Amino acid sequence: MPEITQSTAAAVAGVKDGSTVLMGGFGNAGQPMELIDALLDSGARNLTVVSNNAGQGDAGLALLIKERRVRKVICSFPRQSDSWHFDAAYGAGEIELELVPQGNLAERLRAAGAGIGGFFTPTGYGTELAAGKETRQIEGRNYVLEHPLRGDVALIKALYADHAGNLVYRKTARNFGPVMAAAAAQTVVQVEQLLPTGSLDPEAVVTPGIYVDVVTVVATRGAGAAPEPHPAVREHTAEEMVGA
Amino acid sequence: MSGTGTRLSRQELARLVARDIAPGSYVNLGIGQPTMVADYLTAEQHVTLHTENGMLGMGPQAHGDRIDDELINAGKIPVTELPGASYFHHADSFAMMRGGHLDVCVLGAFQVSASGDLANWSTGAPDAIPAVGGAMDLAIGAKEVFVMMSLFARDGTAKLVPECTYPVTGLGCVTRVYTDCGVFHILEQDGARRLKLVEPYGLSADQIQDQLEVELSA
Repeated sequence: MPEITQSTAAAVAGVKDGSTVLMGGFGNAGQPMELIDALLDSGARNLTVVSNNAGQGDAGLALLIKERRVRKVICSFPRQSDSWHFDAAYGAGEIELELVPQGNLAERLRAAGAGIGGFFTPTGYGTELAAGKETRQIEGRNYVLEHPLRGDVALIKALYADHAGNLVYRKTARNFGPVMAAAAAQTVVQVEQLLPTGSLDPEAVVTPGIYVDVVTVVATRGAGAAPEPHPAVREHTAEEMVGA
Repeated sequence: MSGTGTRLSRQELARLVARDIAPGSYVNLGIGQPTMVADYLTAEQHVTLHTENGMLGMGPQAHGDRIDDELINAGKIPVTELPGASYFHHADSFAMMRGGHLDVCVLGAFQVSASGDLANWSTGAPDAIPAVGGAMDLAIGAKEVFVMMSLFARDGTAKLVPECTYPVTGLGCVTRVYTDCGVFHILEQDGARRLKLVEPYGLSADQIQDQLEVELSA
């Protein structure tokens, strides 16, 4: 069962200096902004961050980079119109970049969570991003060996959790959440709302609670707002309700 | 074969690509010019759009109170969902791409080689910040890769080249090239890949051949 905490500061306490942190989100969708704010306040530094982007605007990961807490970013798409904090750090030689094709990034995370020691992918074959990597021809097609990518801590965002740690997401904010949840030693989730166990339809759970270690509630869509109808939320019996 | 009419505008090019997408296809439209293709797909084509950040059944861009910051496309533009849509995580999204389940992917390009190598992710400029996103996955994943680009760069050099001089995104992956001056198919013939001009626009086939360093197949 996951630890439930009301404090985002307590939620991110597992991140230490030098940790590798997996951060969910594609652009701002699904980015766990409040957990990253808490990480900023924690003072942890010398971090390696794995995320699709390298921060947008003046929020979330962008601020962590602005404050030079991030030693290295492993991502697919750092350069954007509003990635000025990354651009400045990179231009000054104050951040290391490992550029990974987006599908390889997702699959390397998935491999880490699934206990796979590496995989051969056609993506990137013959390009400079595969330079120096082992290649192999399999059934007439060329592939590149890629390795799993695991984190010390994953920070992700979901819509609802129950007290068993089961998660459902919202629309395209799901993105890297499910693969990152499985790929880190400790997975921390910020959710809009924590529901009693039994409230989520088992058929509709996207991330099973086994992958979730810490849950904290951050109502970003307006505190006290009525929960949005979601197909995973069901009526439940009193016996099914745990932790209400 | 003589040139018909004038060079194609970007809109006409998008219309041409949309025309050539088979009914019932699953399609990924890359960021930039390829997104215009969506405007010319007809309801009768029943095309399902994939966006690599985790959705099939993507609808048009969202406006006004339909904007939802958790429903965006790969270009981070707010979009809508159509009936029959589905959401999935990134590893699934790229698995369906890499696994060859998408029928067509439409991409922009800096250069395409005569054998179908694609260069569209980096100009190789030493001071640029590199970014690749899903470009390399898209290039090698779909059954057909259509490129939309102008045939000539601003400095007049052809973008259909014997060998890419920009860093490549994928090798031998492009099947068709839609340009303002004509549509080219890259065909497997006798174990080699050949470039064939199928529809010239604004210039005659001979004029196009004269300005390319690659040999067009008959």
